[in-house]
Amino acid sequence: MKKLLVYLKDYKKESILGPLFKLLEASFELIVPLVVASMIDVGIANNDKGYVGKMCLIMAVLGFTGLISAVTAQYFAAKAAVGFATKLRHGLFAHIESLSFTNMDKQGTSTLITRMTSDINQVQSGVNLVLRLFLRSPFIVFGAMVMAFTVDVKAALIFVVVIPLLSVVVFGVMLASIPLFDKVQKNLDKVLGTTRENLTGVRVIRAFGKEENEVEKFDGQTDSLRKIQMTAARISALMNPFTYIIINGGLIMLIYTGALRVELGILTQGQVVALVNYMSQILVELVKLANLIITVTKAVACGNRVQSVFEIPAGMEGKTGNPARQTEQGRVDFEGVSMKYHEGGEEALTDITFHAQKGDTIGVIGGTGSGKTSLVHLIPRFYDVETGCVRVDGVDVRDYDLVSLRDKIGIVMQKAVLFQGTIRENLLWGNESASDEELWQALRISQAEEFVLQKEGGLDARIEQEGRNLSGGQKQRLSIARALVKKPEILILDDSASALDYATDAKLRKAIKEMPGETTVFIVSQRASSLMHADLIIVLDDGCVAAMGKHEQLLESCQVYQEIYYSQFENHSQSGNDLQSLNRH
Amino acid sequence: MKSSGNRDKQKETLVKVLHYMKPYGFFLGLTILMAVISVAFTLYLPILTGDAVDMLSGIGEPEFWPGLFAILKKMAVVIALTAISQWIMSICNNKIVYSIIQDIRKKAFRKLERLPLKYLDAHSHGDIVSRVVADVDQFADGLLIGFTQLFTGVITILGTLGFMLSVNIGITVVVVVITPVSLLVAAFIAKKTFSMFQLQSSTRGEQTALINEMVGNQKVVQAFNREDETLDRFDEINGRLEKCSLRAIFFSSLTNPCTRFVNSLVYMGVGLTGAFSVIRGGLSVGQLTCFLSYANQYTKPFNEISGVITELQNALACAARIFELIEEEAQVPEPENAAKLQDVAGKVDINNVAFSYVPDKKLIEGLNLHVNPGQRIAIVGPTGCGKTTIINLLMRFYDVDQGSICVEGKDIRQITRKSLRTSYGMVLQDTWLKRGTIRDNIIVGKPDATEEELIAAAKASHAHSFIRRLPNGYDTVIGEDGGSLSQGQKQLLCITRVMLSLPPMLILDEATSSIDTRTEIRIQKAFATMMEGRTSFIVAHRLSTIQNADVILVMKDGHIIEQGSHGELLAQKGFYAELYNSQFAVS
Repeated sequence: MKKLLVYLKDYKKESILGPLFKLLEASFELIVPLVVASMIDVGIANNDKGYVGKMCLIMAVLGFTGLISAVTAQYFAAKAAVGFATKLRHGLFAHIESLSFTNMDKQGTSTLITRMTSDINQVQSGVNLVLRLFLRSPFIVFGAMVMAFTVDVKAALIFVVVIPLLSVVVFGVMLASIPLFDKVQKNLDKVLGTTRENLTGVRVIRAFGKEENEVEKFDGQTDSLRKIQMTAARISALMNPFTYIIINGGLIMLIYTGALRVELGILTQGQVVALVNYMSQILVELVKLANLIITVTKAVACGNRVQSVFEIPAGMEGKTGNPARQTEQGRVDFEGVSMKYHEGGEEALTDITFHAQKGDTIGVIGGTGSGKTSLVHLIPRFYDVETGCVRVDGVDVRDYDLVSLRDKIGIVMQKAVLFQGTIRENLLWGNESASDEELWQALRISQAEEFVLQKEGGLDARIEQEGRNLSGGQKQRLSIARALVKKPEILILDDSASALDYATDAKLRKAIKEMPGETTVFIVSQRASSLMHADLIIVLDDGCVAAMGKHEQLLESCQVYQEIYYSQFENHSQSGNDLQSLNRH
Repeated sequence: MKSSGNRDKQKETLVKVLHYMKPYGFFLGLTILMAVISVAFTLYLPILTGDAVDMLSGIGEPEFWPGLFAILKKMAVVIALTAISQWIMSICNNKIVYSIIQDIRKKAFRKLERLPLKYLDAHSHGDIVSRVVADVDQFADGLLIGFTQLFTGVITILGTLGFMLSVNIGITVVVVVITPVSLLVAAFIAKKTFSMFQLQSSTRGEQTALINEMVGNQKVVQAFNREDETLDRFDEINGRLEKCSLRAIFFSSLTNPCTRFVNSLVYMGVGLTGAFSVIRGGLSVGQLTCFLSYANQYTKPFNEISGVITELQNALACAARIFELIEEEAQVPEPENAAKLQDVAGKVDINNVAFSYVPDKKLIEGLNLHVNPGQRIAIVGPTGCGKTTIINLLMRFYDVDQGSICVEGKDIRQITRKSLRTSYGMVLQDTWLKRGTIRDNIIVGKPDATEEELIAAAKASHAHSFIRRLPNGYDTVIGEDGGSLSQGQKQLLCITRVMLSLPPMLILDEATSSIDTRTEIRIQKAFATMMEGRTSFIVAHRLSTIQNADVILVMKDGHIIEQGSHGELLAQKGFYAELYNSQFAVS
């Protein structure tokens, strides 16, 4: 929680002025009992109506200045708290964006969403209240004690006993409930997770008729959430009665001591009234405080959760500044590369070495889980290698700053993802300054021109969140276009045509081949036909290179490749080849 | 106009909230009783204090000390009883609030399970999540504060009035006349802030939606170096949120100081009139002390109530958003006598079906298809031609606009959804795995499967070998959406799921698109064995996988343009033949 306070630093003025004005208001409030005491002791005792009137006027003035300072304080506190939360949210979002793929795989989206929303909201309420009241309450409490001392030292000693007792209760309850509120938020994570899962997986859940089971699961989660909330509440519920007993116990003592002192002629009746008033002011303040403590305790628990996200290291630090000289554009080299997803887990890739020249088309093929995606994900440095190195343009990817490295590369992921907005907005992700002509050109290459033209509004047609209003094939083609708009040196197509029919796939490959400029293209595919004309085909088997070479070579010498190829052209190994040679003209 | 609309909406929401409180009538009664007790004692205490102070003037008299002790003893008892009733009250309040919000969440979730896909496909998931989680939370906070302070507040006001009247009528009138001013002030502020809280709530929903989208697809964001632009979009919403939050919080927090100012005027008024009465001899000093303390006690709840009102405004704004979700129209309910689909042989008839997602844009028209038990139906066609839509209709994720779909001669709208859907084994291109172990994910369709059945299914789908190599085998926990499993591995798990549950009919929508072809061929063999005697619908681009289908439907723009076996269609030299040959086409 403490480390989050740096986000308050732009609101130093507000966070100091807020409590100060609040203190001002509080001190006016503390003067009131004195005014009343002198009204009784001087005004009433002497039957001086003018004096009574004067005292009342003073009270009115105190009230009004109190109002002004309170409003000022509320404004500064609200401004600081909201500004703090805004900055914190910004900081957290930026931090989450910088998390590496490895960390994202580990964290999961749901908990990050609760932390961005519910947790920060709680922290905001907490900060607001602290600025408004946490200084005020102790001030009133101690202030009341100090004022009591000015009335009578011996009677005031009761305050000295009462106040530490109160602090023990208040802080005891706080300390006991912080871990409980932390548990509350963890349970809330689960509730959110299930809700989210049921939205993303609605088809599968309904297909298996599992609605009832999900309801049961959800019920179980809300049930344990309620239980832990109740436990936390039970502890907080102790605070009010306990403080009430302590303060009023003090009151009894006060009257008793007061009576003794009056008997001795040390105190007047009015002074005892003032002392009693101070004690009841403490009570009023603590009742307020008790309600706040819960909010603040929650805020601390939530703040700790937010902080724990900040404590995840951003993962990958790119070098800043331009890297050492880049020998040749569009060149990619792998030297003895191995990688792992988990510390101590199995290697996902083992000892991969190959070299791609500018303008080459590299095919990557292999079984499910053989490491194809892992291999291409190393080029934009989504993950770091375990041993060996990956070089782009002759420079180790670890020597680039991430932005300029990833600027060179256009990647189309296996799972086509689009974002809410228009088609144009989605395409501009590739290059903010691309002209309409360039966008259409990209759409033409990705074979998306036709359906975009048919859409109402063309480039301005709306895409819903995650592209839900498009078919799988349409999404894939748009995500290819998005990568093309970037005009990358290196284009990576990670099985990104799987939802396209063969005719469209073939046209797509042809168009990419004919693109102006010499782009280095990586094609990851299950289909031998998609990459059999590549300059280099890498056949992966269980994370290792089974063979490398051109289609004809591999077909002769590599068993794995033969199996893949003939699995697709089984009945047509003859006619298929015939068709090929026919089509080649 | 607008504010009266707001008020109606508020009232409506409030009535609904009260409805949710019904089951907790006992606790509600108890908490009110405890509030009455604790308030009565809290009010009695100042009288005792006042008496004690009054006695001080008689100091030195013989009965002074015993009299004082008697009063102090009484005070001790009163204090103890107050503390106990306060404690019981707050336990009751928590019980009521946390139970209510659990009920509301449960209800919202049940609605989620019954909402038509039409709704879910069209609404932002992030916003729905924000309603179920954040809004309910805010609502709980507001309700709790409302409970703890509203009751005691109202009772305190009534109680104090009574006590004051019994002591001195003149001063009471002064108090009663001035205090409502603070309520007016509070009501004015509350009216202004409700719409601000509403705006804050909906802006939060918008922000959650963006977070959900961007954090969920972080990898794409990073691949395109879009962190900064995304952050800009986030900041834009964040900025708006800052503005409306600041306004909502500041204006609502004005209530307290304003009412407190009114209160200090009340206090002053009491002091003035009280002091004059004492001088005239109509009041004792002790009574004045007691009155001043009442003036404080009486006005304080006005203060709190006004604070509570703004809290409740916020809570109601949130509650309105949840109720909106809960009241959303559910999918068409099943007819009361809906039959369970049993002994499915696999006869499916699609009769003259028309369907569209958007009313004025026709997608499927006049679709007819009659499938005999055990037939394999393949659906091919260019992307976007409506293949997936047919699956949406077969599974009854969407209802047809016209015509009917029958299974075993029964209209699927006349049978239970569950029995219809579990009759199909469905594998979609879009894989979905839940948080949990590999085992949990596989046994979804058959929770009582034995270890042998599980492994046999995984072997049939060729998932066994990769599962075995995971750190904890079948008990490996996978993260949300499969974590770091590859797309193909996820698909293998989805297939295993179906292989295990062995439903009488199959729907495979690009089920093997991310699996390498060698494995695919082996899986196809397993599928083939499985499909023996099972009606199956297959959508695939790899035409090699569907050549053995009994009927191939070639779709284009929502219509079936060709229909027949592989051989027949090739002989027609139509669209299918063109498609088929294109897969051997080479640039």
